[in-house]
Amino acid sequence: MSDLPLLRTVGVHKSYGGTEVLRGIDLDVAKGRVVCLLGPSGGGKSTFLRCVNHLETVDAGQIWVAGEPMGYRLRHGKLYELREREVARQRRKIGMVFQHFNLFGHRTALQNVMDGPIRVLGTPREQARAEALDLLERVGLAERTGAYPAQLSGGQQQRVAIARSLAMKPELMLFDEPTSALDPELVGDVLAVMTSLAAEGMTMLVVTHEMGFAAEAADEVVFLADGAVVETGPPSQVLGDPREDRTRQFLARVLA
Amino acid sequence: MAADTEPLPVVPLRRWGRWISALIIIALLVLLGIALGNAKIQWNSVPDFLWYRVMAIGLLNTVVLAVLAQASAIVIGVVIALLRLSANPVARWFASGYIWLFRGLPVLLQILIWYNLALVFPMISISLPFGGHLVHEQTNVLISAFTAALLGLALNESAYMAEIVRAGLTSVSTGQTEAAKSIGMTPATTLRRVVLPQAMRVIIPPTGNDFINMLKGTSMASVIGVTELIHASNNISSHNLLVMETLLAAAVWYMVVVTIASIGQHYLERAFGAADRGPVSRAARSARV
Repeated sequence: MSDLPLLRTVGVHKSYGGTEVLRGIDLDVAKGRVVCLLGPSGGGKSTFLRCVNHLETVDAGQIWVAGEPMGYRLRHGKLYELREREVARQRRKIGMVFQHFNLFGHRTALQNVMDGPIRVLGTPREQARAEALDLLERVGLAERTGAYPAQLSGGQQQRVAIARSLAMKPELMLFDEPTSALDPELVGDVLAVMTSLAAEGMTMLVVTHEMGFAAEAADEVVFLADGAVVETGPPSQVLGDPREDRTRQFLARVLA
Repeated sequence: MAADTEPLPVVPLRRWGRWISALIIIALLVLLGIALGNAKIQWNSVPDFLWYRVMAIGLLNTVVLAVLAQASAIVIGVVIALLRLSANPVARWFASGYIWLFRGLPVLLQILIWYNLALVFPMISISLPFGGHLVHEQTNVLISAFTAALLGLALNESAYMAEIVRAGLTSVSTGQTEAAKSIGMTPATTLRRVVLPQAMRVIIPPTGNDFINMLKGTSMASVIGVTELIHASNNISSHNLLVMETLLAAAVWYMVVVTIASIGQHYLERAFGAADRGPVSRAARSARV
């Protein structure tokens, strides 16, 4: 298993009520790499991301994270479905940042970041607090640790959400359109945090419409449309000199 | 123009309608007061009845019965609500049936059924697998009037609590659950740490209302002879025939406990989530973004 990349998906299929949303996605993300998923809305990018940490179950295919099949246990050549609490254990190593932040509304910024380590990892409260304060400072929110989500701007909420994921010391970070719900002037702060995270060697799978971020931070860009991978390659090639018509059409529309 | 120079005097609008309606209300209240003054009520005996021993017992039973019934209803209601939201179709079906049944029947009828259970089940036994009994007792002994009232009130209320809790749980957006999952929380931790605390804001106000209703609903236990406030006041008036005076004494106690409960509810609501934090409504969130 040790020769597997950090994330490997094999033939991932997913349907909703007869509509095939994912039609066999094969994707590898090696440790330390940043991969951006681009493509038109409804193309299956978010669904795929949600399959990776088993928020959605796949209909066919497998997803391996750090050598483990997500949602299953491999024994004697068979995959045994896991209980929800066992899946929870697998999810610890995967952080996820949502389009709508999903901060816990009844907890302050600091508590949002501390809760995971305390309740899930059993980290002592004082240590969790110190680490959470460090993380909030790192995302530029040292001044707002006592604020409730409703008292924060969207950009601030999203940075707290990133800190909340990082507090679990994940091996892989998933970003599901992290800047799509933000006012344009707030996008930069969030992207800056993500860029520095990428520079520090975090393995990241990012669904985004921010072409600038993809061009600058991604090691690889995957263009996804109609539930299938259309084109894969370094950003300079996929964004600068796409081989497929589908990609070219999309880029023409987005960059217009 | 005048506006350029001096501020002009302002003549407020005469709101005659307000004066007239206020006078009518006051006049009606005065008339009511006169009528009550002329009523054949021995007002001065009411305060005495408040402190009769049987009245104190009635007050105690009313409060204890209401608190026990509401507390049991909350526990059962949470369980039924979770069954109702379960992925297991049999559990969902059972919970729906439970709510349908206990909401459908009048409380008084439920209390009477529990009270008369001995007519159809004279003995209640719970047998152990290899002989012997865990419980083996006459139904009349096991189910006293108080127990029958408690069962009737608690089970009836549990159906309402199940719906209140369900509404509270579903009011918490799925994004909250997904975020909790994404940091590796187990379903139990997610429920306890993320969903329930936020559902409380929705659950507490109607629960407070229900508890106030419950305080008054205990009066139905008087029918089967539980010495709560109504039964206690009937008890007194059967000796001195001052029916209205003893009922008014009971009324005073009801107002006292209901007022205390309302104050408690106010503080509970405040503790569980001012609107300025809590899960932000969609509108509020997009306004902030």
